Amino acid sequence: MEFFKYTKALGFMGKSKFTRSLSILLVLGSFAILATKGLNYGVDFAGGTIVQVKYESAAPIDEMREKLKSNTIFDGATITEFGSKEEVVIRMRTTTGDVVVDVGDVARETLGGTGEFEIRRVDIVGPKVGSELKEKGIMSMILAVIGILIYVAFRFEWRFAVASILALVHDVTIALGAIALVGLEVNLDALAALLTILGYSLNDTIIIFDRIRESVVKQRDSELSDIIDESITRTLARTTLTSLTTFFVVFTLFMFGGEIIHAFAFTLLVGIVIGTYSSIFVASPTLLLFGFDVKNYHVKLAQKAKREAEKERMRAQYESGVM
Amino acid sequence: MQLLESMRMKLNYRVVTFALAIIFGIFFSAPSLFQMQDGKKITLGLDLQGGLHMLLGVKTEEAVESRIKSIAASVKHFSERKDILIDTLNFDENGITITLLDKDDVKRIKSFLHEVKGAVVVAVDESISFTLSDEEIQNTQKQAISQAIETIRNRLDQFGLTEPIVARQGEEKILVQLAGIKTMEEEQRARELISRAAKLELMAVDEDRAARVYSMSENEAASYGDVILEDATNPKIKHLVREIPILDGGMLTDAHVGFDENNRPLISFSLNAEGAEIFGDFTGKNVGKHLAVVLDSKVYSAPVINERIGGGSGQISGNYTVMEAKDLAIALRSGSLMAPIYLMEKRSVGPSLGADSIKASMIALVGGFILVIIFMVVYYRMAGIIANIALISNLFIILAIMSLFGATLTLPGMAGIVLTVGMAVDANVIISERIRELLHEGKSINKAIEDGYANAMSAILDANITTLIAAVVLYAYGTGAIKGFAITISIGILASMLTAILGTHGIYQMLSKRIQKSKNNLLWFGIKG
Repeated sequence: MEFFKYTKALGFMGKSKFTRSLSILLVLGSFAILATKGLNYGVDFAGGTIVQVKYESAAPIDEMREKLKSNTIFDGATITEFGSKEEVVIRMRTTTGDVVVDVGDVARETLGGTGEFEIRRVDIVGPKVGSELKEKGIMSMILAVIGILIYVAFRFEWRFAVASILALVHDVTIALGAIALVGLEVNLDALAALLTILGYSLNDTIIIFDRIRESVVKQRDSELSDIIDESITRTLARTTLTSLTTFFVVFTLFMFGGEIIHAFAFTLLVGIVIGTYSSIFVASPTLLLFGFDVKNYHVKLAQKAKREAEKERMRAQYESGVM
Repeated sequence: MQLLESMRMKLNYRVVTFALAIIFGIFFSAPSLFQMQDGKKITLGLDLQGGLHMLLGVKTEEAVESRIKSIAASVKHFSERKDILIDTLNFDENGITITLLDKDDVKRIKSFLHEVKGAVVVAVDESISFTLSDEEIQNTQKQAISQAIETIRNRLDQFGLTEPIVARQGEEKILVQLAGIKTMEEEQRARELISRAAKLELMAVDEDRAARVYSMSENEAASYGDVILEDATNPKIKHLVREIPILDGGMLTDAHVGFDENNRPLISFSLNAEGAEIFGDFTGKNVGKHLAVVLDSKVYSAPVINERIGGGSGQISGNYTVMEAKDLAIALRSGSLMAPIYLMEKRSVGPSLGADSIKASMIALVGGFILVIIFMVVYYRMAGIIANIALISNLFIILAIMSLFGATLTLPGMAGIVLTVGMAVDANVIISERIRELLHEGKSINKAIEDGYANAMSAILDANITTLIAAVVLYAYGTGAIKGFAITISIGILASMLTAILGTHGIYQMLSKRIQKSKNNLLWFGIKG
């Protein structure tokens, strides 16, 4: 089976005006959603309490609400279904510092008489820990981006590095926008998903860049936009295939992975689609935009080769001299 | 060998290394996969097996306060012995101010305090104030934390769970992880044991004023050097006792559960030599008076002293169950907490939820895996099967490496493995596409394979290394379960490079003669021509 058989380069760069507008629109839209609706931070980052309760039969949510009112510890608590009718979570912005009797213990007692239930999870994140986790999360994103930037600049050229980072920012912004749009809770796993998107989207971009680099070295007299078109077309089968297989597995994770992994899988699904799109339509055109010059690159390559040769010659001389 | 030769296969270093890697993978992942008795296994994270994770803080300021108070107690003891009369003794946040009746005694107290490590003394006229130096405050705080870690560890070691983890995290946090907790009740019992101050004090009852205790305010009691304490069994009953204890739990050497004549559980404790002497002296001098046995600021009993009690042992009776008495004895044995602890973060997962998570992620893993495998065969035919061999061995190698290092598999870690499956095919896809491309250009099969690998190499390396950078950062900055994700992703990337670059290449080389002979590109690479 073959999805794409290379016959001639497809005109991706010819469409770059349209896709650029689309990207700008998506990014601006994401910013707008983030600004107005905002991210729904879960307990990991905002601090707070989660109590997950599973009943033998459908959870009596109204009755639970009534019962919880009797204790001030549950002031402002919300109860929502979690994956199935039997399972609910009680969420609160407040936390208790008592080690011996915590909210889970109080809930166990307060909810007594509402039916057969089991408390399956109690997460309490104090405000201090929450803000620390947030700090660490942002730090990890920044560090990952810097590390990647340095590596790509070293292996390719600075314009490639900037282009790939731009694509990454594009992807993460849109993924965040999507999370805000559907109102998913942002917890540590969503952060992990975002970092995975960084890695994944970069993967795609690097594969195309690698082809561009290869073609640039081979075809000294071609226009950059032609080289890019050819490189994207030649890697199109791979891009589609890998995106599809990854999409398959993440989709199964999304469908069958359970409620806890839901936000993670959703973020990844969005990221895979956006990441694939951006490596073709954001990262590559940016190279054009920044005026990457094929001839100039060759001059630099020649200089580099000359320097290396010089170094080699010096070393040979030095070594023979010593001997 | 003969069979191999007849099939025109050639062994090469790549395929041998790959075979060794597969054997390694199967051998070391087997203990985890089949839950064998022997061998190193992957540990399941608390989110998968159920358990309790807590970050605890220590109220170090209270440790500082009690350090100041204990210096005050020794000043008091000193002045009683030297017949120095103290007028008043006041606590406030800055320290302690002692006012003396005789101005001349200030010098004596001052020289006594100079001997005390870390005390900063200011003397004015007939009063003398002291506080702790900044260094001493810091030391006390540090000590309170390390002592809390030590104490909690000792207590949990005796609680009966396998491998409890108690460790310092950052400067002032204590990480406690308990796996294998079955019920919420058991969890609460563990938390009770951890946080119990377990401060045992033997205190003298203020016999002269005890009758007035119900009408006395706390301030009034303090002015006599007394405190009002609640009874352990009935909070309505109050006891008036001298604030400075005769003895505290520091002189305790052992505590264990015993039974009284009615077969009710009680705790017997023994004191060290110094404690026994002080206890003997006190009881000898105070026959006919009451002695309060105080635990965590609650009076458990206040019996009349009938005679001098030598030997240094005593009992704490109360209305507890055998289980409670046992936990209490553990807490007393492992020493008291210098300062109270509080909860900063808690994550507890019941075993049934953990089991559900394992089930769900296994379905996702197996489902995704099968989808990918079928897809690869349909698309690439034999090349797909070769890629699938790499994919499956990849999975074994990940599990083997994790088992070998005793790594923890968390729910995000499971997701990481699922994701690695998706990404591991990538290298094979890149290579297969390159080979197809070269075949389309009319290259010979041998040339196409060799050049295909050569051309794909830089892309595979660059793509994987950048992902690895993101994973390493995630590991360094991630916490708890997220670290598990970073681990599986990192191992997965490394394993996929091994299986794709080395493994499948070796297989192609081994089969190259066969492929060349068949000239069937559709069968081998899924393309016509």
